[in-house]
Amino acid sequence: MHLLVKNGRVLDPERKVDSIVDILIKDGKIRSIGKGLTADVPQFDAAGLVVAPGFFDIHVHLREPGTEEAETIATGGAAAVAGGFVAVAAMPNTKPSNDGPSVTAYIISEARRSSPALVFPIGAISKGQKGETLAEIGEMVEAGIVGVSDDGKPVMDSRLFRRALEYAQLFNLPVIQHCEDLNLSKGGVMHEGAYSARLGLKGIPSSAEDTMVSRDLILAETTGGKYHVAHLSTRRAVEMVRKAKADGAKVTAEVTPHHFTLTDAAVAEYDTNAKMNPPLRSQDDVDALREGIADGTIDVIASDHAPHHINLKMLEFDRAPFGITGLETAVGLAFTQLRLPLPRLIEMLSSNPQRIMRVTPWGIFEGSDAHLTILDPSRKWKFDVNQSKSKSRNSPFHGWDLTGKAVATIVGGKLVYEDRK
Amino acid sequence: MKRKDLLGIQDLDPQEILDILGTAETLQEISTRPIKKVPTLRGKTVINLFFEASTRTRTSFEIAGKRLSADVVNVTAATSSVSKGETLIDTARTLDAMAADCVVIRHGSSGAPHTIARLTKARVINAGDGAHEHPTQALLDALTIRQRKGRLDGLKVAIIGDITHSRVARSNAHLLTKLGSHVWLCSPPTLMPVGSCDLVTTNREFLHRTYSMEEAVSGADVIMLLRVQFERMDESFFPSTREYFRCYGLTRSKVALAKEDAIIMHPGPMNRGVEIATDVADGPYSVILDQVSAGVAVRMAILFLMLGGQS
Amino acid sequence: MTLKLNYQLMNADEVRGTLETLADQIVSTNAGRPLVLLGIQRRGIPMSQRMAKRIALQTGVAPEMGILDINLYRDDLTKVATQPVVRRTEIPHGIDDKDVILVDDVLYTGRTVGAALRALIDFGRMRTIQLAVFVDRGHRELPVEANYIGKEITTKDNEVVEVRMDEVDGEDAIYVMENS
Repeated sequence: MHLLVKNGRVLDPERKVDSIVDILIKDGKIRSIGKGLTADVPQFDAAGLVVAPGFFDIHVHLREPGTEEAETIATGGAAAVAGGFVAVAAMPNTKPSNDGPSVTAYIISEARRSSPALVFPIGAISKGQKGETLAEIGEMVEAGIVGVSDDGKPVMDSRLFRRALEYAQLFNLPVIQHCEDLNLSKGGVMHEGAYSARLGLKGIPSSAEDTMVSRDLILAETTGGKYHVAHLSTRRAVEMVRKAKADGAKVTAEVTPHHFTLTDAAVAEYDTNAKMNPPLRSQDDVDALREGIADGTIDVIASDHAPHHINLKMLEFDRAPFGITGLETAVGLAFTQLRLPLPRLIEMLSSNPQRIMRVTPWGIFEGSDAHLTILDPSRKWKFDVNQSKSKSRNSPFHGWDLTGKAVATIVGGKLVYEDRK
Repeated sequence: MKRKDLLGIQDLDPQEILDILGTAETLQEISTRPIKKVPTLRGKTVINLFFEASTRTRTSFEIAGKRLSADVVNVTAATSSVSKGETLIDTARTLDAMAADCVVIRHGSSGAPHTIARLTKARVINAGDGAHEHPTQALLDALTIRQRKGRLDGLKVAIIGDITHSRVARSNAHLLTKLGSHVWLCSPPTLMPVGSCDLVTTNREFLHRTYSMEEAVSGADVIMLLRVQFERMDESFFPSTREYFRCYGLTRSKVALAKEDAIIMHPGPMNRGVEIATDVADGPYSVILDQVSAGVAVRMAILFLMLGGQS
Repeated sequence: MTLKLNYQLMNADEVRGTLETLADQIVSTNAGRPLVLLGIQRRGIPMSQRMAKRIALQTGVAPEMGILDINLYRDDLTKVATQPVVRRTEIPHGIDDKDVILVDDVLYTGRTVGAALRALIDFGRMRTIQLAVFVDRGHRELPVEANYIGKEITTKDNEVVEVRMDEVDGEDAIYVMENS
């Protein structure tokens, strides 16, 4: 695939690139970077826009195989590139669970066939995600996984989790944990606090997350494993990660856009689009997450895109499934809500995700795969869920006015998404 | 009634509450006539949509509607996993197709009436949703209290029992604090919800919480007992009913700590020997039967205020 | 809707005198039989109370008293204000075979009386139901006539007859207002 991206502000903080230059792409790779480039290839005029190394959403549920009525690899990929992501890491809680090479291989081949975005599967930690015995991690690495996790579920058994942290080191894989003590959270459907008391809904206490983060950090430290905390949501968890990092631990952490934007007040009218796990928490927790983003405690913004068929979200609050979509709103919310300096934004959405997952990195350098995200930081737009490329409609951000958007996505030199005024 | 639906006491302002109680008192007279009927709601369709079993509340609404000459239809719906595919939107559409004027909903999930109310043209009355609210219960409790005590402000009301799972506790806490009485929520520590100090949003200083039954009951004008809901408890909230009764059961000696003319209330049905000693349940200050009569009056008042005017 | 005074129909003395006359007429027509006076909310109540005193004076026997609120029986309930107000009804027990006198301030379309009759059906079988009104202002929409009338006047559609009673309004008077 060939393409000449001209006149954009090219920004790759990892490689210390920040200037208005052109990028020539040939056969899907960056051939040269410089001013005033010309070539007999299709052109993309990025004047006034920012050209960044392609964004990577490392926490996405694609639902295929097994729950294709909610999303498929094809539609999830389309939603990803519409959100500015060149790549996603797909969580293993499919049906069947991705706990072996055949499901991994299926996901990769189906993605190659139908998804405009790159799909990197994450393999399960335990067989069937039952939390009992290790899955065939080595086999899955051969097939192409980039990390392991039992997400939507935690690994409750401390001994098993210790083994996972030890074993995954063989393959330099990050071990990603959805931190939730299932006994403490049992039956809960929203954050345990004033709102759950008023609404008469059973709460998920912050301690359900904190006790497991605490346990995991100790295990990570004592095993030397590569530990990544998925979707942080509490103040105490942020503080513990901050301290662990200060003590030199190999810990990384992610946050979702909904967790730094909304609080448990969003549930007030029993809106099932405010139901997810971990739940939306208090304003104090939101403040702590923003502090963690600002001071580097939190490394990555990842959407935890969790599509559900519209019928399921129309059930009563305590029967509706957890989760909201997020691929198409993540970048807009990051811009609008956080007002981060651009290099930090790119770090959290591209460089850090790449560093954490077991992928061959891409960026703005000659020879790199040409995966680029083109941003317009000042573009004003309104998110219309009915225009979403996802099959599902479960988003609380419908109708939100946002400033800042990915206006084009280039994967392997191919312009797979474009939204220009 | 200005609002379309009655979903919770939390939404009502004190004047609305007093209007309902005043209307209830006036309509109570109908139940004393030889022919207990007025034609006011003739031709109106009221549907009792009960997803949770309840003979008491359903019968009360049925009688209330029929005394006003409304056509009352009882529909028992299932919420089991068998009906997993069925959504609340289907329920709402069916109601509109039946041209229901009013739906009385009792549901095991907090918030279900809210969802249905958004989707249907019919006016929705919440007859109890999960652990959230049971507004007509609080209103009938208030009517009973006012008839016995002459007022609803400046009283000490102790609400004792499983607060976490109790919609009756929540609705009563909202109503009584709004009208200026002090409410003491009392339960074992395992059954006092986290965040309950922020339970009410107006007159917050009128809401108190304690684990001590003695503290709650001392000098109380009203003692309200909640039913221990064994069917909702799948975990270790307290070790045994014997322990519960010892610490939180209402016995004669505890009643003696309250005011001499204190009244004892219970939403029913009672677990004798668990939340209340038998001799106290049948004692002179129990107003449990008054609550039943007040229940019909309050429900008549709400149906009248909702359906008896301009449609 | 703004009301302005058109003219005063009766002053305080005339009000009191008319009530006494109505009471005397009731006594003579009902020659010694037990009576029940039912005041229709709101001003029918003080009217009936004063008439009852006069009847007791004349006959030595006080009539039984009752209050009737017809808001639960109106046939135009769905056209009235969004917030229907319902007031007390107190009908004495055992009014079978007695003569019941409905007492109301103004007889206009007749619908209030129609509603009152519907209400009374469920309370028993009275010997007779009679109607006493202060003012009959015409414009009947139902075939209803009063047995005892304080004053009969013709009115225009946009006029309103306001009966004021000391117990409710702080003065005794009848005014005819105009709706401009």
